[in-house]
Amino acid sequence: MPFITNTDQDRQAMLVRLGLSSVDDLFSELPVRFRNPDIELPPAASELEIMAELGRLARGNASDQNSICFIGGGVYDHFIPSLVDHLASRGEFTTAYTPYQAEASQGTLQAMYEYQTMVADLTGTDVVNASHYDGATSLAEACMMALAAGKGEKTTLLVAGSVHPEYRAVTRTYLQAQTGSLRILTTDGATHGMQADGSGDRPHTVEADAVTVDDLIAQIDENTAAVVVQNPDFFGRLHDIRPLVAAAHDAGALVIVHTDPIALGMFRAPGTDGADIVTGEGQPLGIPLSSGGPYLGIFGCRGELVRRMPGRLVGEAHDHDGNRGFVLTLNTREQHIRRERATSNICTNQGLMALRAAIYLAAVGPGGLQEIAELCYHKAHYAAAKIDALPGYSTGISGGSGQFFKEFVVTTPRPAAEIVAKLGRKGISAGLDLSRFYPEQSSKLLVAVTERRSRDDIDTLISGLREFAS
Amino acid sequence: MKRNTAPLLWEISKPGRRAITLPDLDVPAASLPTELLRTPGAQEGGRDTDGLFGPHGTLPEIGELDLVRHFTRLSQLNFSIDTNFYPLGSCTMKYNPKMNEAAAAHPGFASHHPYQPAESSTGTLGVMHRLQDALAAVSGFAAVSLQPAAGAQGEFSGVLMIRAYHGSRGDTARTRMLIPDSAHGTNPATVAMAGFKAVQIPSDAEGNVDLDALHAECDQTVAGLMITNPNTLGLFEAHLEEVIETVHACGGLVYGDGANLNAILGKLRPGDLGIDVMHFNLHKTFSTPHGGGGPGAGPVGCNEKLAPFLPGPVVRATAGSLAYVMPEHSIGRIKSFYGNFGMLLRAYVYIAVNGTAGLRRIAENAVLNANYLKELLSETYPVRYRRRCMHEFVCQPPEGVRTIDIAKRLLDYGFHAPTVYFPLIVKEALMVEPTETESRETIETFAETMIHVAREAERSPELLHDAPYTMPVGRLDEVSAAKRPVLRYCPG
Repeated sequence: MPFITNTDQDRQAMLVRLGLSSVDDLFSELPVRFRNPDIELPPAASELEIMAELGRLARGNASDQNSICFIGGGVYDHFIPSLVDHLASRGEFTTAYTPYQAEASQGTLQAMYEYQTMVADLTGTDVVNASHYDGATSLAEACMMALAAGKGEKTTLLVAGSVHPEYRAVTRTYLQAQTGSLRILTTDGATHGMQADGSGDRPHTVEADAVTVDDLIAQIDENTAAVVVQNPDFFGRLHDIRPLVAAAHDAGALVIVHTDPIALGMFRAPGTDGADIVTGEGQPLGIPLSSGGPYLGIFGCRGELVRRMPGRLVGEAHDHDGNRGFVLTLNTREQHIRRERATSNICTNQGLMALRAAIYLAAVGPGGLQEIAELCYHKAHYAAAKIDALPGYSTGISGGSGQFFKEFVVTTPRPAAEIVAKLGRKGISAGLDLSRFYPEQSSKLLVAVTERRSRDDIDTLISGLREFAS
Repeated sequence: MKRNTAPLLWEISKPGRRAITLPDLDVPAASLPTELLRTPGAQEGGRDTDGLFGPHGTLPEIGELDLVRHFTRLSQLNFSIDTNFYPLGSCTMKYNPKMNEAAAAHPGFASHHPYQPAESSTGTLGVMHRLQDALAAVSGFAAVSLQPAAGAQGEFSGVLMIRAYHGSRGDTARTRMLIPDSAHGTNPATVAMAGFKAVQIPSDAEGNVDLDALHAECDQTVAGLMITNPNTLGLFEAHLEEVIETVHACGGLVYGDGANLNAILGKLRPGDLGIDVMHFNLHKTFSTPHGGGGPGAGPVGCNEKLAPFLPGPVVRATAGSLAYVMPEHSIGRIKSFYGNFGMLLRAYVYIAVNGTAGLRRIAENAVLNANYLKELLSETYPVRYRRRCMHEFVCQPPEGVRTIDIAKRLLDYGFHAPTVYFPLIVKEALMVEPTETESRETIETFAETMIHVAREAERSPELLHDAPYTMPVGRLDEVSAAKRPVLRYCPG
């Protein structure tokens, strides 16, 4: 019997002690008519058979075993040093739980404290929590926190159209029962509500969503609880958020910036530039793509806001002999103490992913992180220039400053879906076909280039794209 | 007493050290937007890391060997299932099979980008479709969404679905959600996030939902009831069918908190009982590792009536191939991309290796182990409700002994403590869940130790007040830590 240690003799002895004749007697309180139902599942298989079957299934996936990845859109094919997998897969980390007994959980607690410190330094914030589910839920909870801070007087969240469409959708799901409104800002100055699927009654174009900081500043008013931007944005563009922060703070609004932690190895930290809450998708910090998760929600804020912050926090503590240790702290914000008055219902977080990020950041160090960011930057710019030179292709998008980090939008001469499909069969994952989010635009491809891509890889993509040139 | 703590990363850092090397730049360098750079010096190819991070500090600089030793050392400061019995009630700390980890590490899944088109994602789609079907079969539900990242997110999804269902019928006067007083704290917190008012229902003398109190609260303003079964006392709700009928009769829906599904796996299907929507904790029932606090996964299952409201996307077979589809009236996306897939894959492997008979054996052995342990402890640690328990039980220390002291002393004997001071309705509660994977010998040794510790507490209470003695740190002062929180390392 898989994973069960007791033998029939053990069970018999235990039943005798309990004065029972069979295991079924333990379930006598269950309604008889529903007891022991027929459940149709495939017959139990052995590890050998299951692994063979998974190997067969895995061949239907494009992966780094058979394809060169230029797909981004929030999560990326970054290099993961071997030591991250090795250390983070230790059973003492993976099979522990939330550190309720601090004295027996110092490993997890100290690693979380180190994570909080490193990510606070990286984002320029005063305090970072022990993680959320992913970047999208971090951003959604930041929006809820900003509405709560607005105390019912400031009820509007002004969200840039250039925030990832899925993050906007998740935020909308989180806020659907809250008092307050979510306004998505586009370049035509219009603001729009949002539908569950992230679309809405607004122009379905990349150009409309590619707002600038100036577009946002123009919309701030006394009802604005917070302005929400992504930097680098969904299209890969970089923004100088300082004027936005000044304008928002003048109006008494908070600024929430969602960011890419790799970009922070090279570019200004949002917290240093005045952002009140900084969220991010931590996947690039040593976490595998894994078909969509588990990832890591980064969440940091200014010190004054900490008691409104959702999620677990690890703090320094001491024992009676003065030894330094670490505990979960400020628990009175949380659901298991405050119940319906908690800042959030979050309980389980992404501890193991935060551990991976901590190991990754400690491994690369400040110099390594800067180098990784610069490799991404220069390789992406090399790729963009080459693609822009291909007949029929262009890489400029309207409304932008033209500055980008590791990702950029390409307008293609043939439908992006066709290019992605044909190059996919040649082992090139050319990018993200943006018609997924902008159904009226079939010729927009979002291309990401990380430090894992060699010049040869990029030239292979260029040759592939050239076949569709007009 | 000086204990065995570990230095922080910054205390072993030295400028110039690092653990990894990177390839040289093999393309021409592009010009840099100087005004946006973190360190202006970088433009000249400088590595002036002094000013890179701050104002408080910088990322540490550590060589590979020191880094490996540091995190290996940290791991050794933890109790874990792999090293210790971990009877943390309500958390189902069962063995986490290693084959799950091997499956999740398969590069065909681990390096697959979620935005690959469907035709180059058939492996992932296949696993998700099979897992949706398996969870539906196990629970008796019509449909399952794998999107929620954790139990609390599954709860939030389920309660939003109930809200959307009533809203779709123009039934907007339903603003109250009923919650038994034994519920997990996530239930009332979730209800508040979903815009409902939480109304507490007391337990009766047997630890069940008080039926009279329930009847008194049920009216046209009730959106539904959230119920954990077996409840957090480890007891099967004796009047469950009547509870469900009562809520349905007033037009409310019933949310099942699936945290304790391990107790009835294969023995009873929540959907058959009339529960409308429920979440699964894959990190409890389906053996995915708890990871020091996550990641988990909290898929949500429901009946036909609520299926159109499920969070999306879900995987459906259309025209002979699998694809992600948004349910018709979905409450929306609850997470980016496609659920915590790595956890979903592990749960799929676990179900595949067990099959129907294996799943039933899990519940049987979990309940047998719990009842056996309860019996072994019964003379020293009485239970308030003298009934058969399911997968866990809630007991109390002998009169005059504090639960916190028992918990801390157990650590000295190599056992993780049970869940303490929960549920809130039992004074000095110790909530014990041995799970099905523990052996009779482990359970007996643990029971002997629990009894020994109780004797110690009675003989020399001061001994226990200062426990633990053998951990890397002594009992930590949590009150001072919360009063003057230090949430990050600052050098000097």
